[in-house]
Amino acid sequence: MSSKTLLTSLEVDIILHRLACQLVEKHLDFSETKIIGLQPRGTKLAERLVKILQEEHQITSIQWGALDITFFRDDFRRNEKPLEANRTQINFLVENQRVIFIDDVLYTGRSINAALAAIQSFGRPKEVELLVLIDRRFSRHLPIQPDYRGRQVDVINNEKVKVCWKEYDGEDGVYLI
Amino acid sequence: MSLTVNHLIGIKDVTTEDIHLIFEHAKHFKEVLNRPIKKVPSLRDVAIANIFFENSTRTKLSFELAQKRLSADVISFSAAQSSVKKGETLIDTVNNILAMKVDMVVMRHSSPGAAAFLAKHTKTTVINAGDGAHEHPTQALLDAFSMQEKLGDLTGKKVVIVGDILHSRVALSNIFCLQKLGAKVKVCGPNSLIPKHIQSLGVEVEPNLMKALAWCDVANMLRVQNERMDVSYFPSTREYIMQYGLDAQMLEQLDKDILIMHPGPINRGVEITSEVADGKHSIILEQVENGVAVRMAVIYLLASKLIK
Repeated sequence: MSSKTLLTSLEVDIILHRLACQLVEKHLDFSETKIIGLQPRGTKLAERLVKILQEEHQITSIQWGALDITFFRDDFRRNEKPLEANRTQINFLVENQRVIFIDDVLYTGRSINAALAAIQSFGRPKEVELLVLIDRRFSRHLPIQPDYRGRQVDVINNEKVKVCWKEYDGEDGVYLI
Repeated sequence: MSLTVNHLIGIKDVTTEDIHLIFEHAKHFKEVLNRPIKKVPSLRDVAIANIFFENSTRTKLSFELAQKRLSADVISFSAAQSSVKKGETLIDTVNNILAMKVDMVVMRHSSPGAAAFLAKHTKTTVINAGDGAHEHPTQALLDAFSMQEKLGDLTGKKVVIVGDILHSRVALSNIFCLQKLGAKVKVCGPNSLIPKHIQSLGVEVEPNLMKALAWCDVANMLRVQNERMDVSYFPSTREYIMQYGLDAQMLEQLDKDILIMHPGPINRGVEITSEVADGKHSIILEQVENGVAVRMAVIYLLASKLIK
């Protein structure tokens, strides 16, 4: 199977720094904003962004967590392939707070739809925004768009976008497989 | 990953991987039960009937709560208030309920094999909530889950089950479950209440309660099942208490802390004193809390096999 590089590790680094700047521009010291990475792959991106915000923008008191949406998916019992849940860890209140969902790839939008339902179990956020590293253009099944995007790409249906992180896969990079 | 079984009739039929899968999901559902809104919408198109032919407090409420937290539609049926009193058979009772398009049945019955019988003769998914003195699989799962929560990996851990082993479905399911998880199991109780060939299950008998407590990491205390006894199995309750009743002084004599468990209902002052039941070694109420999460996991995993 051939694989094409969509983003090199340098490009990923530049994009992450740019996204962090965009977040700071809108949310300043994050005193009323919480970051939530969507399991399983959005949390890795969230971890990276939080590190940049803490170390390079000195926002030390940023609160972030992980949200698993498996039990809110709309394809339960419609797939032969069984679903595997991951941990949810949200140790703060989201009531009346601004929440930023972070995911690596935005495709049909159904995961985000599930996340919007899931977050209501924790309270009523004031505002919810979406940050994604890769936005697959023209693939949406629902009217959901990102507020912050790393790179927009055109990908045909049977191709997959794979995001690799140096902490887990050895090197940062985004590939089409 | 999904379960290898389509029903939960007994721990005898499930694999160790199935048990670990249930425990993984139970952990996630336990987190859900700590949220402000303790519900997930997964089973909103599933109808479940709870059919209890024997009395129950914990199990029935625990199953109902687990089902409602998964957003399932729940109907509960207890034999005392039904046409069973007019002589309707088990198969007829259930088929009538199934004709109302129920996806899953949770059943407790006094006859061993009733759940297997139901699974064989109807098209519905069956969860055994206790069949006579045979098995009570969800109790064993929540017991083992509670132990694992406190002690970590159960491989090599020592568990003694104390009391009326002969009539106990909890004991049998626990034995199967703990062995599949690598734990060592002993039983302790009056000779008349220990099944004759229990050693064939790889379980040793320890007749002395103090020795059993000194050996174990966990003691699971069982109630004397008077309602299943046709004859007297021991001279008097007082004699049972003297030999097999657990009190705080016994725990103080041990040189280590052990966990005390009980599936409920407790006969305070018989198999266990109030001081122990409410004391620091006891995880009895945690068992109940874990019961909802474990049952959510079982129901969720079985429902996920009902592909539309």
